[in-house]
Amino acid sequence: MSKRVVLEASHAVAEAVKMADVDVVAAYPITPQTHIPERLAEMVADGELDAAYIPVESEHSAMSTALGAAAVGARAFTTTAGQGLELMHEPVYIAASHRYPIVMAVCNRALSAPISIWCDHSDVMSCRDTGWIQVFCQNNQESFDMTLWAFRVGEDPSVMFPVMVNLDGFTLSHVTEPLLLPDQADADRFLPKYEYRLALKPEAPTSHGGFGLPDIYTEVKFAQEVALRGSRAVLDKGWKEFADIFGREYKAVETYKADGAKTLLVTMGSLGETAKMVVDSKREKGEAVGHLNLRLWRPFPFADFREAVKGVDTLVVLDRCFSFGGPGGPVCSELRAALFDMDKRPKVVGFIGGIGGREIDAETFAYMIDRGKEIAEKGSEYLYEPVLVRGLERGTGVRG
Amino acid sequence: MAPEFVKVGKHNIDAKEYLAPGHTFCTGCGEALAIRLVCKALGENTIIGMATGCDEVCTSPLPVTSWRLPWLHTLFENAAAEVSGMEAGLKAMMRKGKAPQRDIKFVAMAGDGGTSDIGLQALSGALERGHDFLYVCWDNEAYMNTGIQRSSATPYGASTTTAPAGKLSMGQQTQKKNMVEICVAHEIPYAATACPSYPFDLMNKIKKAVEIKGPAYVHVFVPCPTGWRTPSNQTIEIGKLAVETGVFPLYEVENGRYRLNVDPPKLKPVEQYLKPQGRFRHLSPGEISEIQERVTEGYARLKEKATSFPAG
Ligand SMILES: Cc1ncc(C[n+]2csc(CCOP(=O)(O)OP(=O)(O)O)c2C)c(N)n1
Ligand code: SF4
Ligand SMILES: [Mg+2]
Repeated sequence: MSKRVVLEASHAVAEAVKMADVDVVAAYPITPQTHIPERLAEMVADGELDAAYIPVESEHSAMSTALGAAAVGARAFTTTAGQGLELMHEPVYIAASHRYPIVMAVCNRALSAPISIWCDHSDVMSCRDTGWIQVFCQNNQESFDMTLWAFRVGEDPSVMFPVMVNLDGFTLSHVTEPLLLPDQADADRFLPKYEYRLALKPEAPTSHGGFGLPDIYTEVKFAQEVALRGSRAVLDKGWKEFADIFGREYKAVETYKADGAKTLLVTMGSLGETAKMVVDSKREKGEAVGHLNLRLWRPFPFADFREAVKGVDTLVVLDRCFSFGGPGGPVCSELRAALFDMDKRPKVVGFIGGIGGREIDAETFAYMIDRGKEIAEKGSEYLYEPVLVRGLERGTGVRG
Repeated sequence: MAPEFVKVGKHNIDAKEYLAPGHTFCTGCGEALAIRLVCKALGENTIIGMATGCDEVCTSPLPVTSWRLPWLHTLFENAAAEVSGMEAGLKAMMRKGKAPQRDIKFVAMAGDGGTSDIGLQALSGALERGHDFLYVCWDNEAYMNTGIQRSSATPYGASTTTAPAGKLSMGQQTQKKNMVEICVAHEIPYAATACPSYPFDLMNKIKKAVEIKGPAYVHVFVPCPTGWRTPSNQTIEIGKLAVETGVFPLYEVENGRYRLNVDPPKLKPVEQYLKPQGRFRHLSPGEISEIQERVTEGYARLKEKATSFPAG
């Protein structure tokens, strides 16, 4: 039986970590992630959670400590944001390469300079190719659900990859709203005990982390690539089991009012909630508009995405990150690449906005949809158009 | 510490080799010798976390390994952090019944660069948090793995590839960072220096360090024939000379109390230590006497501590 509670999203993540009965939490505080480690430290101090809470001296050490814990077979969790994720970049890459199923919640935050504590997706985009499974959440319930799911699928013996659970800093991490918490027995049913076959132990010594000469490095990395892509079936199985036990359904690519839609608004993260409201009002006016939420960012769900956009004329994509000097926002260029080989493909129109905590309101989304349709019809000389930049007129953008 | 401490001696040395043959250390490498002895002192109930450096590169070319002990390498600067996670993680699992109860020694190993430069923050954090682990530093006084670049442990006057002796420079212009004192300042229960030229002293310090509860630090002086430009059959001799001249005194600090383990009645002149090494060959008599003065003074200061705050 689940119980209805009112919790901040950060605390919902902490509840999931507790229900996962982690052995080690190693974290370093950074706004807007602080409420997660604070709540976990409190749980440990009160005896609610039997784990080692390690108040490390940096994010680099947070991830390194998680690596050590994972190497001996412990269930390990860490969490960070923005600059913290940048500082830990090096061991983040190791976690996936060593196939340690560490779970990390990232409260997405803009990158310095100038220093900003507010949300965008620049931090996680720099980790795009680190080899982690990466998912995004839209609300508090999802923050809990994805965290519990992350342990389940990451630790699956046929997966063994770390999982990054992204929640938008402040606009999700600090939001308080009702959600359902399962009871421990159901959580245990969903998430079995974790046993790591190759754990470092004296009775059966193994070496982790040898160095790769050119005659083997390629094979090692290719094996990693095959394994990450191969994990997809288990990610879906994890969501299916989750739905069977808890009744909430998740998919790699989720659509809303997409039946018969000619235009889809594409978002990743908590702005999906606002986007769906805008879709509702457009639909009321008789416009064939829907929403596409990209939940799974890595491994990228190519087939699901292509299937979801069949029959759609225009994709209006919002990126919350600049790719300086590049092809436009990282999500938009990914989607374009995914569609390129299709015979009949929708026109992809890219916008960049919601940077460093700037709100994207309903009016702006409505504008993006209208402008997107216009570009799809008439074409555009721009690679993408930034929205809500002071001094930049609507309808102007960045040329390639 | 355990009630009775059984010293390692000629008759009870662990006959097992934990470092398998086939590794690629240079002939006469002091680091390789030290690792072999240290592992014998540690025994099989040990888990090692190692930083990038000669030690790691020479023992782990995939898909083979020289390690007969469980061993982890991830990065250059994080050995202390990864071992923090091993120790805390396995202890939590034992407490929760997820792993069998037993006495495991958690040991971090890193070079002088991985310790006194890039890994200093992680080491300080792990010492301050009080993890029950041993940190061993292999001090060959430069970044050897990448080609003999200077570190903060490179001694004054040594020529390295990034602080070379030249027309305008005598090489390293800074004094060696004192890692043991930095660790002592963290008020850890045990810190010591050692050298494989004194194998039983080294092994007993390692044994003592892991038997003590809490963080311990052992700084091992490991001559490097390749980087120091010494004949590969002189490694033991060079280590001895470092101790006998007072350049690298052997001592231990237990709960802030000092003990000199080898205290020659009269120190040999440092020149005897510097002369056989190519890295010091360019030094002028004036520079050598400057080094002599520093060594004499440093040794006197250490003796004073051993007298004023003697260990039991
Ligand atoms: C972050 C990072 N910076 C630099 C390096 C390159 N690097 C690898 S080993 C090493 C030097 C190691 O020196 P030390 O710790 O003294 O060990 P030694 O090889 O001398 O035993 C350096 C600079 C690296 N691997 N990672
Ligand atoms: S360079 Fe020096 S430390 Fe490295 S393997 Fe050779 S002798 Fe040993
Ligand atoms: Mg070195």
